[in-house]
Amino acid sequence: MNNYFEIKLKAISENERFARNVVAAFSVTLNPTLNEIKDIKTVISEAVTNCIVHAYNGDADKEILIKCNIEDNTLITTIIDDGVGIPDIELALTAFYTTREEEERSGMGFTLMQSFTDDLEVLSNENGGTTVIMKKKIKRNEAMDA
Amino acid sequence: MEVITKQIYDNLIVTLMGELDECTADGTRLVIDNAIAKGGINCVTFDMSGLTFMDSTGIGVLLGRYKIIKKNGGVVQIRGCNSHVDRVLSMSGIYRIMKKIS
Repeated sequence: MNNYFEIKLKAISENERFARNVVAAFSVTLNPTLNEIKDIKTVISEAVTNCIVHAYNGDADKEILIKCNIEDNTLITTIIDDGVGIPDIELALTAFYTTREEEERSGMGFTLMQSFTDDLEVLSNENGGTTVIMKKKIKRNEAMDA
Repeated sequence: MEVITKQIYDNLIVTLMGELDECTADGTRLVIDNAIAKGGINCVTFDMSGLTFMDSTGIGVLLGRYKIIKKNGGVVQIRGCNSHVDRVLSMSGIYRIMKKIS
């Protein structure tokens, strides 16, 4: 069955745990494995961190929109901010690239999002916000359907 | 997130429990750096057996502590990762500079 929900969050790091847990909880109808749930939690955490740290530079008055769709056995999560945008998406997607070396940032956020999903799409305009769309196919556990 | 540090001779054992992310990273750094600042540390051992979740912000926390310890010629080692944390760490290439021990 196809299904969806969406939420709007205050852009503060205290909301990261809630965001990753609510998306993970929504995905359980697809019978994900424990590892798939951890993958989902990780990529949501990465995307929300990007909004808070990079798009909004810590401005707590901003908001993050999270939309989730289930289409057949695929979880599609869209995370939208209206922050500073990414001038060079290809560069931002490069492993270990970070604009915040001095803050001990690993530069691995987008790399983990790519590795732990089946498809990652990043749409961005300078000062026009960023939209991240991640698709993850859940390899349905047949035994649990029986 | 709970962080417990224990110094045994020149080895600082850092036990991480809970979820290490953007929200808990600063508090975690502070506890570890305060323990390192007391001096006499040549090795930091991260015990991750109680860590249930970690994202790339956590990688940054580990790398930052590595830089501090390496300045004085010390080493950093990691033990007890669950399969999720181990996967995140493997992907970051962190085991090239920090030894995984049992």
